[in-house]
Amino acid sequence: MKYINEFRDGKLARAIGEAIRREVDPARQYNLMEFCGGHTHAIARYGLPDLLPRNVRMIHGPGCPVCVLPIGRIDNAIAIASLPNVILCSFGDTMRVPASGQSSLQRAKARGADIRMVYSSLDAVSIAQQHPDREVVFFAIGFETTTPTTAVAVKQAEALGLRNFSVFCNHVLTPAALDAILSADQDNAPQVHGVVGPAHVSTVIGSQPYEAFTARYNKPLVIAGFEPLDVLQSVRMLVRQLNEGRAEVENEYTRTVTSAGNRRAQALVADMFELRPSFEWRGLGEVPWSALQFRPRYRGFDAEARFAVEKHAVADAKACECGTILRGLKEPKDCKIFGTVCTPENPVGACMVSSEGACAAYYTYGRFTIPIEQAPS
Amino acid sequence: MCLAIPVKVVELRPGEMALVDVGGVRKEISLALVENIEVGDYVVLHVGCALQRLDPQEAEETLRIMAEALLWQEGDA
Repeated sequence: MKYINEFRDGKLARAIGEAIRREVDPARQYNLMEFCGGHTHAIARYGLPDLLPRNVRMIHGPGCPVCVLPIGRIDNAIAIASLPNVILCSFGDTMRVPASGQSSLQRAKARGADIRMVYSSLDAVSIAQQHPDREVVFFAIGFETTTPTTAVAVKQAEALGLRNFSVFCNHVLTPAALDAILSADQDNAPQVHGVVGPAHVSTVIGSQPYEAFTARYNKPLVIAGFEPLDVLQSVRMLVRQLNEGRAEVENEYTRTVTSAGNRRAQALVADMFELRPSFEWRGLGEVPWSALQFRPRYRGFDAEARFAVEKHAVADAKACECGTILRGLKEPKDCKIFGTVCTPENPVGACMVSSEGACAAYYTYGRFTIPIEQAPS
Repeated sequence: MCLAIPVKVVELRPGEMALVDVGGVRKEISLALVENIEVGDYVVLHVGCALQRLDPQEAEETLRIMAEALLWQEGDA
């Protein structure tokens, strides 16, 4: 497909890898955190670590909305779906995330709850139109990329006068998560020298919001697309910045990201949503001002108000390392249950569910690779 | 989850909708988040909505910058 295939060219990928090799300072370590699950997936799928010199290490960040959704919120969604007369619409990614008591949306569906997988929030609006006698709830998750699409659906439902449509809002914010990771105390913060910044989140919010971040932490950030060449090129740009002692926001993904971002989408979101004082993230715990909720004018569409959803905190499975993996402190192979008890078919933690989760990406593409230092020469 | 793919607009439809070509498959999407889209434009599609118009000149420019790595390699050989 146009604008995809060109950015997956193997010959060019090896050339960029070679260029990075020449440019790195052998005496120095480059730990780069890729924020997004989309980057993590590309890195694992295309074997990018094999193209990078040994002193460039990719650390996986928390940018996977399915992975950071805490168990309590999944339990809430199952509780709503189990009410009589409710149809819960969910993205496919969320269906298999483990909830309390060995449950999940998929298992609740098997038990009889009317849970439907949708591709778009707009599909949920169509279902509400088709079933005026049922309560249709859209289980909204995602970062700044997805929030505007939820807002479009609510606007559409409002225009159609649908009173049976509501949204269980779990939209979260990228800058708050970046901040939570990098401001953690030394024992809980990974050694990160630079950040591969979000792709489509930045398409919406622009590159400008990261300026405060590079200034505060004195670390470079390069916004990168999700194709393998985009990731490699952004690594090259980060290496250059670090070599030159710069800590700036740079944009590799200029074909869709501008400095100001998508103002129309931003205005729509700002009109409908306000900051939540606090929201629980898997791995990061309660993070202040890190998520969105409906403004009072749109409360009629808020499933939390309509179904009196109560805050419900549940601890993660003890053996599961999702939390430390999401903070960039551990890698999937450091988890005792990785690939044995916890597999994509039978996930214990959310990082094994989403294809963008670090564990699922490792399991699918990297489980049999031999670390370079152990490989026969 | 934040995955979005470039698709080509083949027809503009009422209600800020458009028909797009996704690698040979036709699909109706919403243009409610973007402005001034024309037939033939590429937009970045995420869960049923166009998020932004893809800038073809910037795409070319990015590929040109990436290809510098190739020239350097060949020049050295």
